[in-house]
Amino acid sequence: MKKTLVSILLSLVGIVLVLGLWSAISAKIAPDLPSPSKTWEDSALYVTKPWEKRGEMDQGIGLMTAYSLLRVAKGFALALLIGTPLGFLLGSSPLFFRMFDPTIQILRPISPLAWLPLGLILFRQSEPAALFTIALCSMWPTVVNTMQGVRAIPQDYHNVAKVLRLSPWRKFTKIMLPATLPFMFSGYRLSLGIAWLVIVAAEMLTGTPGVGGFLWQEYNSLIYSHILLCILTIGIVGFFLDRLMGFAEARLRAV
Amino acid sequence: MSFLSLTNIAKSFGPRSILHNINLSLAEGEFVSIVGASASGKTTLVKIASGLIQPDSGTVTVGGQSVAGFVAEAGMVFQNYSLLPWLSALENVRLAVEPAFPQWTKAQHTAQAIKYLEMVGLGKAVRKTPAQLSGGMRQRVAIARAFAAEPRILFLDEPFGALDALTRATLQQELATLCGAAGRPVTTLMITNSVEEAILLSDRIHALGRGPGATLSPGFTVELSRPRSAGLLMHDTEAVSLRHRLAEFLTSGAIAPALVKEVA
Repeated sequence: MKKTLVSILLSLVGIVLVLGLWSAISAKIAPDLPSPSKTWEDSALYVTKPWEKRGEMDQGIGLMTAYSLLRVAKGFALALLIGTPLGFLLGSSPLFFRMFDPTIQILRPISPLAWLPLGLILFRQSEPAALFTIALCSMWPTVVNTMQGVRAIPQDYHNVAKVLRLSPWRKFTKIMLPATLPFMFSGYRLSLGIAWLVIVAAEMLTGTPGVGGFLWQEYNSLIYSHILLCILTIGIVGFFLDRLMGFAEARLRAV
Repeated sequence: MSFLSLTNIAKSFGPRSILHNINLSLAEGEFVSIVGASASGKTTLVKIASGLIQPDSGTVTVGGQSVAGFVAEAGMVFQNYSLLPWLSALENVRLAVEPAFPQWTKAQHTAQAIKYLEMVGLGKAVRKTPAQLSGGMRQRVAIARAFAAEPRILFLDEPFGALDALTRATLQQELATLCGAAGRPVTTLMITNSVEEAILLSDRIHALGRGPGATLSPGFTVELSRPRSAGLLMHDTEAVSLRHRLAEFLTSGAIAPALVKEVA
């Protein structure tokens, strides 16, 4: 109890220090950077009325976040739907692994900024292009972790499947899937983090309403405090998404 | 009449020869044990006999048919239990019952699994997961899982190796009871590092010499009436002499020919 109190206090001290540094920089070094108080002044309307829609790109921060989250959810779901089976295939078939592993290693480090134009060419619309980019960038941790999870299944369990003469489907549902689940969720957690990173880039380049789109628009309209508002929102939402997945992961590991 | 037979089996892992020129045959319903020191290739031998791994040379046949993959209608008990930790005791056993009796209903599968869990004294623990059970109880579940499928052949790979001496003695007796209670003759091949355990349970015992390139000793027939108790084995002259002969083979790696009762 005392320990949690101390760590809460310490984290508050850290936040205050960073705010102080931010004020100092905006006052002394970079006059274009709005100070914390100026940021709050300009953003109060968006924060206190989070669900108000005043125009296509002029909406409360809650609505903007909701648009982004919805987009991330779709792209992330797509990544899991493709990434999980792909991971199972790579993990269980050495032939498949040898065939596709080099390609995957090449595709993995490609930036969302590189995929997005390709998505726009393929789909000619910003929304599917954004989903395409999120899915392509965020699926790799899911693929790799699922693959490693399948490989880490002890030989004993494979022997049990043989001894009990389990059908391939029974083996999958009763042995492979439960044995791999904790690894899969580690992958899902990392994937969700990446999906949230990608959303900003995708919205910036496509100009769709959302936290990233709003950020880019306010940069172009020279309202710099709103950029900081967006940055803070992105950070806080990302933090909670990771905590949520971490919680789910811990529940699974406890089984 | 040989039911399960291994002929001229050899197996190496890389340059290391594990087994060499192994010949063994079991009659239907016979209980045969193979006693050997750790790392003598015992587990490799039972895995080859059951079809889990392929020998480099030699053949394994069951009822005259050569074996490809795990032997049909066979069960196996592993040293490390190999229960699935995300399933309850009941679900672990039922997983073995379902493929063995595909024509049964779900209720029949459950009833069969519970029946065998009750036989090993776990009637009250059917809902528990392996993590909630002690080592002895886990191995009981594993034994129930093997018997519940009502196999024709049982492979026991150091079934009590991970247990303390007291638990081990209790479970040995329970295994003997289960073998005796089975509806049809169960041919059993057990691997163990305990000479006493082998004498307590077997019709015939072979010793596996030290690797590399381990070979099998001729069979020692156990001519003791059943049921056998651990106490009786301590004092019975036949049992004591058998124990000496086996111990001698295992420690020296050579057998005094006069002491060996050859089995045809």
